Amino acid sequence: MTIGIQTAAYLFASILFILSLGGLSSQESAKRGVFYGIIGMAIAILATVLGEGVSGQVYIIAAIAIASVIGLMLARKVEMTAMPQLVAILHSFVGLAAVLVGFGSYLDPKTHTLEGAEHIIHLTEVYIGIFIGAITFTGSIIAWGKLEGKVRSKALLYPGRHAVNIVLIIICVVLGVLFAQQHGTSGLPHLLIMTAIASFIGVMLVMAIGGGDMPVVVSMLNSYSGWAASAAGFMLGNDLLIVTGALVGSSGAILSIHMCKAMNRSFFSVILGGFGNAPAAKGEAKAMEGEVTALNHEEVAVLLKEAKSVVIVPGYGMAVAKAQYPIYEMVQVLRKEGKNVRFAIHPVAGRLPGHMNVLLAEASVPYDIVLEMDEINDDMPDTDVVMVIGANDVVNPSAQDDPASSIYGMPVIEVWKAEKVIIMKRSMSAGYSGEDNPLFYKQNSEMLYGDAKDSVIKILDYLRG
Amino acid sequence: MKVGIPAEIFPNELRVAATPKTVKRLQKQGFDVYIQHNAGIKANFSDKEFEEAGAKIVGTAEDIYGKSDIVLKVKEPAMNEVDMMREGLVTLSYLWPAQNPALLQKLAEKKVNAIAMDAIPRISRAQKMDVLSSMANIAGYRSIIEGSFHFGRFLNGQITAAGKVEPAKVLVIGAGVAGLAAIGAAHSLGAIVRAFDTRKEVAEQIQSMGAQFLTVEIEEDGATSSGYSKEMSKEFIEAEMKLFLEQAKEVDIVVTTAQIPGKPAPKLWMDYHVAAMKPGSVIIDLAASTGGNCALTKDGEVYTTDNGVTMVGKLNQLPQQASQLYGNNLCHLLDDMGKAEKWKIDMEDAVVSRAMVTHNGKINWPPAPLPVSPTAGGGAKKVVAPTAEEIKLSDAEKSKKATTSMFIRLAIVGALLLLVGRYAPAAFIQHFTVFILAVFVGWQLITNVAHSLHTPLMAVTNAISGIIVVGGLLQTTNDLSNPMTILAFIAILVASINIVGGFMVTYRMLNMFKK
Repeated sequence: MTIGIQTAAYLFASILFILSLGGLSSQESAKRGVFYGIIGMAIAILATVLGEGVSGQVYIIAAIAIASVIGLMLARKVEMTAMPQLVAILHSFVGLAAVLVGFGSYLDPKTHTLEGAEHIIHLTEVYIGIFIGAITFTGSIIAWGKLEGKVRSKALLYPGRHAVNIVLIIICVVLGVLFAQQHGTSGLPHLLIMTAIASFIGVMLVMAIGGGDMPVVVSMLNSYSGWAASAAGFMLGNDLLIVTGALVGSSGAILSIHMCKAMNRSFFSVILGGFGNAPAAKGEAKAMEGEVTALNHEEVAVLLKEAKSVVIVPGYGMAVAKAQYPIYEMVQVLRKEGKNVRFAIHPVAGRLPGHMNVLLAEASVPYDIVLEMDEINDDMPDTDVVMVIGANDVVNPSAQDDPASSIYGMPVIEVWKAEKVIIMKRSMSAGYSGEDNPLFYKQNSEMLYGDAKDSVIKILDYLRG
Repeated sequence: MKVGIPAEIFPNELRVAATPKTVKRLQKQGFDVYIQHNAGIKANFSDKEFEEAGAKIVGTAEDIYGKSDIVLKVKEPAMNEVDMMREGLVTLSYLWPAQNPALLQKLAEKKVNAIAMDAIPRISRAQKMDVLSSMANIAGYRSIIEGSFHFGRFLNGQITAAGKVEPAKVLVIGAGVAGLAAIGAAHSLGAIVRAFDTRKEVAEQIQSMGAQFLTVEIEEDGATSSGYSKEMSKEFIEAEMKLFLEQAKEVDIVVTTAQIPGKPAPKLWMDYHVAAMKPGSVIIDLAASTGGNCALTKDGEVYTTDNGVTMVGKLNQLPQQASQLYGNNLCHLLDDMGKAEKWKIDMEDAVVSRAMVTHNGKINWPPAPLPVSPTAGGGAKKVVAPTAEEIKLSDAEKSKKATTSMFIRLAIVGALLLLVGRYAPAAFIQHFTVFILAVFVGWQLITNVAHSLHTPLMAVTNAISGIIVVGGLLQTTNDLSNPMTILAFIAILVASINIVGGFMVTYRMLNMFKK
């Protein structure tokens, strides 16, 4: 295959990737988007393998074959509730690959003949590529651990952590300058030390971010994995890698920014960590007034039977309890009786952007009754019963009326405007933000304690009579 | 502890302070319940029902007032009832302390600890014991039911084979609990509902109940820190009267609910308003007992004026429903005061200290003021809106600033690019161009992604970032002992897992989305 044909194939693959990302912007074209992506990837791999100067095809085929089996197994086996974990661990793979490719490129004797500026630029590319790759690798592993519950999800904060991070980065820069002056492979120790430091930074970066901000972190790591790929493209002089990496990197970044906006937080404060556990900034927190009243399953069933319009607000608690199936059964029973039943999804509900949508879709809830916060907030005053299932911060009225609250200013679903709010919760504990929730103390709100799935099944029994 | 419920002696009072349901509740709270013979008869509760609920029937009122620890009552006690009370007795009833100073004096002399249910402060914690709200709710509902009974037409509009029926127009004055309940009832019967209130803050509540909010073109807010409205200025009232006159010509049913605590009800609907109304129209005056909002109202009477307008000055209290709600309010208060076990008159408590108008022989009235909500106090402040010119000016300034900052940013970016071009080799510049353009494309692509697709999008971008596999592919050699090949092999392996897994899982997810 000539260089010309290969470049054309790369161009075609790039176009397919762009179409793929574009296709994902609406439900109708989403599947097409995935196919574009698959075809693009196939073309890219084929064009590379068939291109000039590639050897060791046996190993390549072996590696891809093994990987395909593992990948298929992973993707088939994973439960939808564990989706965030899977995405996080896949990100770590990209990070690892970027580190390996970086080292490979450094060891490649062909690059040792470069002179002057080209040499320095190449070394810088290698250095930056490995740096980003290593952060992505360890950061994603920690994110996976937090989502999987293997690592404490609370933000790990220690005094002076910003200073430590800055010192570490300075060390990396100094090492980088020294590294760029080395010839041959004599810079390997520098590279290894830097990799260790970058890995450490990756760990600390994600450790410092509270569980509530995980959607942003996962999306941010997604962005990193793209930049790592792009850096690899620079060191190998491969435009396809550059383009694709940049696409992924910038789309991941804007997705993170979107999410931060939805939570009314500064992008940087999330990245630098520690937001979720910040102490109240201005004034004293409002004292909780009123009392918490609880209902039993039968009373909830009666309320639902009498209601004309019901809104369900799911949160992470639903994902944990895997309650989406009985919930949809309940919705079907209620809808059969002519009630208007809808779902209200907060942009940051769950641990992954759109997490709730995926779970509800898994239980085959039709997506036209699944509404976004902005679409449903206006209907709240006309709603008879709101069921909050395992959500907390996203329905916290403090975000609107308590400037001392750490989530003040974050848009929330205004469930308290409805006639009656039923909050299904395991206990009275605070949400991920650590904020107490005045909603529980409101006159029109009632608690229903217990595991979301068990509770819904019991309510369902009463509903069926 | 003994809780006693006497029969109401006032002939027009049909309610009773306990129902079989609340009797059960009182027993759960640990009280022994004694009820006077036939106390519930006017509210359709028989002695038998009370007995079945666990109450003991007592023959005379003397026994109730003389032997109970707590007496539950509806109407304020008459003087001869107070005579029967023993020292230290706790009573829960309406008292209207502002209007009944002599009664307070007498209760204090008898060392009766009297709680005025009408003096429960209107704070959110005390809503569950707020009898004014619960009774007003009934009155509001009932005003429409009785109003439509006296009104000779449908409330809703209909188009039938026999011709078209216009919907009735209902005007509700005062959007407190009663007013809102009236709006809700009228709206659900299909009438066109309009509502007027001097407090601007209730506009939203009025609209939420399905009525149109009427207002006058004068900047004055009637909200006070007590949650009731204040009396308004002369100009305001003139404008209000004019508005009412226009409405009087149109509307079919008028419900007035305006009350000012401790004072006679304000006169809002004058004789000339009534005169302007169409024959067959109905006025229901919920403030009739405190003098009426309408100049022609006669308390306790229903009559028709010379021009055919029906004036309703009394309403059925729905005694059964009202007793139930009132009884529940009382139970809530007893709950709050510690039930039977931990019974305590806590004069530090915000609710008890204000409602307990006589305590240990002393009169505790009027109570310390207690603002309802922090926002209501600021209602008097006028918000100065920027004039159109000011807005224009600041807009122009803003856009000017934005332009300058954009120029500065572009200049910086340009300088940086120049630097890169000056020192970097040509091959790098070429890659760099591609890189920057791709960043912009990615940025633009994602701006419009449906929220529900964020997870699939992330999974797909994740799969695509597996393109790093190309790096590994380029580095593989035929020599497995070469460390480069081993590194490349592992890189290809993990990157490919990512590609296959990422696409597969996205596909699985998207398969689940269906309409």
